[in-house]
Amino acid sequence: MKEVTRKIPKKDALGLLLGKPVYTDDLAPKNSLIVKLLRSPHAFAKIKNIDISEASKIEGVECILTYKDVPRNPITRAGQGYPEPSPHDWYILDEYVRYVGDEVAIVAGKDEKCVNEALKKIKVEYEIFEPVLDFEKAEGHPSIIHPEKETHPMFEIGFDAQKNIAASYEMEIGSVEEELKKCDVVISERFYTQAQAHVAFEPHTAASYIDMHGRLIIISSTQVPFHVRRIIAEAFDIPIKNIRVIKPRIGGGFGGKQAVHGEPFVAAVTLKTGKPAKIVYTRQEVFEATYSRHPMRYDITLGASKDGKLKVIDMKGLSDTGAYGEHALTTFMVAGSKTLPLYNKVDAVRFSGKVVYTNKVPAGAYRGYGAIQGNFALESAIDMLAEKLGMDPIEFRKKNMIREGETSPIFKIMGEGREGVDMIVRSCKLNECVEEGMKLINWKEKFPRKKISETKYRGVGMAIAMQGSGIANIDMGAAVLKLNDDGSFNLLIGATDLGTGSDTILAQIAAEVLNVPTEDIIVYSSDTDLTPFDVGAYASSTTYVSGNAVKRAAEKMRKLIIKEGALKLGLDESNVDFDGKYIYEKNGSKKVSLKELATVLLYTENQKQLIADASYVGEESPPPFMAGFAEVEVDIETGKVKLINYIAVVDCGVTINPNLARIQVEGGLVQGIGMALFEDVKYSPNGKLLTNNLMHYKIPSRADIGNIIVKFVESYEPTGPFGAKSVAEIGIDTPPAAIANAIYNAVGVRIKTLPITPEKVLMSLNNK
Amino acid sequence: MIVKFKLNGKEIVKDVPVYKRALDFLRDDLGILSVKEGCGEGECGACTILVDGKNVHSCLMLAVELDGKEVITVEGLEDKIIQNAYVEAGAIQCGFCTPGFIISTKALLEQNKNPSSEEIKEALEGNLCRCTGYLKIEDAVKLAAKMYNKGSDER
Repeated sequence: MKEVTRKIPKKDALGLLLGKPVYTDDLAPKNSLIVKLLRSPHAFAKIKNIDISEASKIEGVECILTYKDVPRNPITRAGQGYPEPSPHDWYILDEYVRYVGDEVAIVAGKDEKCVNEALKKIKVEYEIFEPVLDFEKAEGHPSIIHPEKETHPMFEIGFDAQKNIAASYEMEIGSVEEELKKCDVVISERFYTQAQAHVAFEPHTAASYIDMHGRLIIISSTQVPFHVRRIIAEAFDIPIKNIRVIKPRIGGGFGGKQAVHGEPFVAAVTLKTGKPAKIVYTRQEVFEATYSRHPMRYDITLGASKDGKLKVIDMKGLSDTGAYGEHALTTFMVAGSKTLPLYNKVDAVRFSGKVVYTNKVPAGAYRGYGAIQGNFALESAIDMLAEKLGMDPIEFRKKNMIREGETSPIFKIMGEGREGVDMIVRSCKLNECVEEGMKLINWKEKFPRKKISETKYRGVGMAIAMQGSGIANIDMGAAVLKLNDDGSFNLLIGATDLGTGSDTILAQIAAEVLNVPTEDIIVYSSDTDLTPFDVGAYASSTTYVSGNAVKRAAEKMRKLIIKEGALKLGLDESNVDFDGKYIYEKNGSKKVSLKELATVLLYTENQKQLIADASYVGEESPPPFMAGFAEVEVDIETGKVKLINYIAVVDCGVTINPNLARIQVEGGLVQGIGMALFEDVKYSPNGKLLTNNLMHYKIPSRADIGNIIVKFVESYEPTGPFGAKSVAEIGIDTPPAAIANAIYNAVGVRIKTLPITPEKVLMSLNNK
Repeated sequence: MIVKFKLNGKEIVKDVPVYKRALDFLRDDLGILSVKEGCGEGECGACTILVDGKNVHSCLMLAVELDGKEVITVEGLEDKIIQNAYVEAGAIQCGFCTPGFIISTKALLEQNKNPSSEEIKEALEGNLCRCTGYLKIEDAVKLAAKMYNKGSDER
């Protein structure tokens, strides 16, 4: 392979490094009205009266909009397939405010100063209700967070607003109760994960204006431009044809931008005033009023025979979706569907539980998407079971984990929001990942612990994980290739590069098929007017789903080039081939260069534009796998945990661009390490998020993460483009469980609530 | 208030409100768009600029504090050695934090031609990145140091 598997630099790298104007705020029209939002100071209230008269008088203020001024169509902000598996429970503005930070009014003016002043002058009278702040008490709480009658699910998702239930799910294969009776060893444990924040460095930003045709143009830092177009059309009752959404470069997403956030507010201002408008969220707003990860609780029961066969897994969950049910059902189901198949030889397995509303920051999509929550619980519990059995945790896993060529009934039963797809795992080098990781961390030497000093112990721990590659039978990506007169190609894709480098790897895939240098593929992505449809960047879909679409489009283009080349040479198509530079006679001397053919096709002979398109929907979602190994040093005097080494061995199929695959895993690991050790979420008693800035919400810096080694095992996924699977999410999944297991192995305390802070470790040590 | 300072080698004289942050002054009034606002409170480093050779957070500075100073942003780096090192090391993802890293790298390499891993970690601690996991950034700094040193050997 020439272009695929090469470490080509990201196509946009130098432009970004030179600080070129490429992000939404850089590109917003210079005369944009500044838009800001008045946000609720109460966790749950109804607006009794809202007076904007004083605020409207401030010089420079152009418009102030309240719930009385905007359409009231129930939508979901979640950018998922359509119809969405998230309840339609959100309104552009509503008379109810359901968390501290919920939107009350939209203010637009000529500069920040006048808008800030106006925000202070809006007088709101609230009827305050008792908020639901504890997700374990949400079901059946006297306060009903969504009492309004318009809120509804798009199809059956176990929704019951009267009980504060956004979604619920239950499945069982075999009989858990019966099989548990036959087990020699049983453990039951409870685990909690926290509402991790994404902290993409570009805050959520959107701009809008009306073009010369009277259409609404939105520039947005979004992961899902086509979903944004559909949702905005629905929210404002305007035809899809009158909206264009452009995603320029964006400063990270991680799921936090898999939704509409600022777009409806700038759209409301532009539609009202006819003027350009922009909103740039403050960091505090990003924390308080966009998305977090769904905090979850899992009660896990595992049963095994004394020879170490895992026989039963029972996971009962409770998930907190905050004030709106975005990605509620799907993140919950993924906690099962992307963990349970790891142990595919059990006799009975059950996954059940509810996703509840609370008056807290809404939870949404976040890298890992439920899998990391489920993984922390399951992979911690597996270590606890192995210990009870007196088995090495790795030996126990190797005996029970999934292997290449096997399947799991979970694939068919649990999809995302609905039934899944039956599939055989065609590529699974999990065993190799485990073996390699053991070697790299020197497991045999280090397990379980080493005493470093009177107060410090080092321990090793590990976890295995899987993710998916797009959502089978739902996620669709399309690509168009267009030949230019110099023999270069425009690649138009709906796929959405969040900074990951997907534009580059998709170009590499096209270049590989056409046998041309990647530099000859000019990529334009994510513009609903100019690029074909793609669901967007989520569910680890771009390499696999959009990549397959690009591969097919390039194969079509190759055929077109051969066809037109044969015509030009006066030969039969079967006699002609194309090597990337020339279209040539197979057993002869006639040839024409691609450049010459391209030029005459446009200007002189047999004139036409060569253009090829293709779409792809995965019939399967081949999981990438990995094994993560942590070595920690625990100070028993302070409870401080220092991460010494983290080894990640990954099977993501063929790496289209090994450099970009590696940095995806490295970045994922560090986010997972942050979730495991640092990223603590705290609320005040009345429901205000206290960890609402980077001083109080600590994400890892370079100094916090120790030594990290990422390695890829050789693997080939037959259904993927050139053997590739996904790599975007898998890296985040293992650190919480692997680090928790390592801490246990080091000092014998089992922390079951994330993050694992020194306080928790020290308290557990003291209670030991 | 009138401020007079040198921006990327050019003399700037401009009237600026006393409450305006250096970050907004650079972005909105002077079109220096490499300077990014990531947090607005001096924690993330996306707004880092060089002021008299020191890397500082422009979100915590007032525009008037630039008076009499020499300011350098990514737009004004004379050579592209650091940028090229970041490209070659593959040390970039979304790019939003990267201009800040470039400036902190510049500040470090001006002081220390052969920084160790520990010195790099320390020098870049004020710059946060959520995408890359930092490892390749460290590689890029080492590569930039090597490229600078090679350049001076040849001279």
